[in-house]
Amino acid sequence: MADTLTPVLTDTWDAEQGWKLATYEARGGYAALDAAFAMSPDDVITAVKDSGLRGRGGAGFPTGMKWSFIPQDNPKPKYLVVNADESEPGTCKDIPLMMGNPHVLVEGVIVSSYAIRANKAFIYIRGEVVHVIRRVQAAVADAYAAGHLGKDIHGSGYDLDVVVHAGAGAYICGEETALLEGLEGRRGQPRLRPPFPAVAGLYASPTVINNVESIASVPAIVKNGAGWFASMGTEKSKGHGIFSLSGHVTKPGQYEAPLGITLRELLDLAGGVRKGHQLKFWTPGGSSTPLFTDAHLDVPLDFEGVAGAGSMLGTRALQIFDETVCVVRAVLRWSEFYKHESCGKCTPCREGTWWLVQALARLENGQGSEEDLDQLVDQCDNILGRAFCALGDGATSPVTSSIEYFRDEYLAHLSHGGCPFDPARSTAWAGQEVTA
Amino acid sequence: MSVPHDTNQASANQPGQLGDRTIGELREIAARYPEPRSGLLPMLHLVQSVQGRITPEGIEACAAILDISAAEVSGVATFYTMYKRHGVGDYHVGVCTNTLCAVMGGDAIFARLKEHLDIGNDEVAAQRQGDSRTVSLEHIECNAACDYAPVVMVNWEFMDNQTPESAVQMVEALRAGHEVSSTRGPKLCTWREAERVLAGFPDGRVDEGPTAGPASLAGLEIAREQGWTAPGSPVDQAGETTESREG
Repeated sequence: MADTLTPVLTDTWDAEQGWKLATYEARGGYAALDAAFAMSPDDVITAVKDSGLRGRGGAGFPTGMKWSFIPQDNPKPKYLVVNADESEPGTCKDIPLMMGNPHVLVEGVIVSSYAIRANKAFIYIRGEVVHVIRRVQAAVADAYAAGHLGKDIHGSGYDLDVVVHAGAGAYICGEETALLEGLEGRRGQPRLRPPFPAVAGLYASPTVINNVESIASVPAIVKNGAGWFASMGTEKSKGHGIFSLSGHVTKPGQYEAPLGITLRELLDLAGGVRKGHQLKFWTPGGSSTPLFTDAHLDVPLDFEGVAGAGSMLGTRALQIFDETVCVVRAVLRWSEFYKHESCGKCTPCREGTWWLVQALARLENGQGSEEDLDQLVDQCDNILGRAFCALGDGATSPVTSSIEYFRDEYLAHLSHGGCPFDPARSTAWAGQEVTA
Repeated sequence: MSVPHDTNQASANQPGQLGDRTIGELREIAARYPEPRSGLLPMLHLVQSVQGRITPEGIEACAAILDISAAEVSGVATFYTMYKRHGVGDYHVGVCTNTLCAVMGGDAIFARLKEHLDIGNDEVAAQRQGDSRTVSLEHIECNAACDYAPVVMVNWEFMDNQTPESAVQMVEALRAGHEVSSTRGPKLCTWREAERVLAGFPDGRVDEGPTAGPASLAGLEIAREQGWTAPGSPVDQAGETTESREG
């Protein structure tokens, strides 16, 4: 039985200058390269498969299996692309990881590229985080200077070049095919699949796209073995993951734990919901995952547990809202976000998210009728499963789940003639003298 | 198509004057990639760093270098929200008003700054007599710092755990030209200087700021207190060989 918290990727975050190559190497950094180069690429893929590592960017697809889909008989170059476009509301784990420990990502890129036989890799970082980009740029430059990147790495005969690429502000580029469009210098609109990126991705070549945390988890798997990783977590959700607590919690922050921990356990560690208040609703994995309530405190936070309770593990972005928060206001704001970020390619999402905002804005203002709730659910039915990519699907999650759990609160807006909540009570400084 | 050029380096930072150095750097960006068009996003960041916005001249220059149409470049420049068709301040202030930051106080911060600066969304505040720097204001979407809510970004550096009062003090310090640092990053540079980093030209500030902010360390500190580690964690094996790895 693993410990309650299992710092692996976060373990160096309290080091002085944890982003420096010397700090990382002093803690055994880049040792995974020689371990990997002593294995065949296929054996590295097998180790990652055996570890049970599943994608940490939200979808949870088995990482090793994704790698094995790369057709090695395809004569085109293979590419690894790291999805560092962290933008899902509530998700805030990859940014501190790249800021505090960028070399574990670079080391993971090298091992993963070796496994899929790529000689060129890209790290696509959202543009709105300049200091994170500085840290990753420097890590890549320092890795080159130390011989961890470039030609004949560690005398292995293996060559790899890495490009750090800054995005320019588009949530949709977290969708992997839209990210590829952005990386090819185009508008970030998703591609029709199939063909999947493993067959025809970047420049129509075989491409693996993985989340930052997935790639960063690889070095320790190669160094310590698949069994080590699989000794953490639950039956089908193995290993460690970073859980991000935010909102109305006493100690918000990053908690790296085996998959399967519960919100009750995490809240115990984090000092509970803020003093004098109670949990009202929360997202298990970002705003695109259906809301949970205080009835879900003991749901195991692994892929199966959360799915079984009607939501998704997503990115383990646990946004905590207490009883001062109006759920209609919260859902309206998320819907405005999806409307703004819809790329416009497909009608259900482009038009549907616009209509969701119209209906929700009326309800938040106490206008409309109970029938509007049925119409909202109907609109969601016309988006979910009919949109081109997961953005449209995700936009429906907060709407349908909030109506399921908080229908009476929607109705209270109608009987009250507006929002019955005082937004001042939900602020971080509510009930305190502001000393600034 | 010929590439606009200007040999007068002194005017290289004036709008309408990209300059030979910039054209050379735009080509350098394109050359980082197997297919040059992949450089377009960072190239547009460089255009903004030189000219303060996406200019018609910058669009033409990117199009000429990449051998695509100006309409194709324009289509990209209008898709991504970080590209500005109009100028922003020396310090571009972004207040997160996505749900979590909004309820934690982002809405109140944004309202206070609009009132204080007497501007609306995506506008530049008037430069008063005595102001040495300008400030612009925008509401932004989730910037991946929810454990520090409510969050304000200045030139895409984190200003964590803000209040309306702290945000007003900050913009006044910026307008006065005082040194202001990110709460877990470097001393703030100008928006144009930040855009140059995004174009892939490091500015030497990488070693400023901490490894991690306090919220990032919340779980790790508890693990240290309790003695919790990953089983046979890599830290325990630091300095040892990797012979013990399992097959």
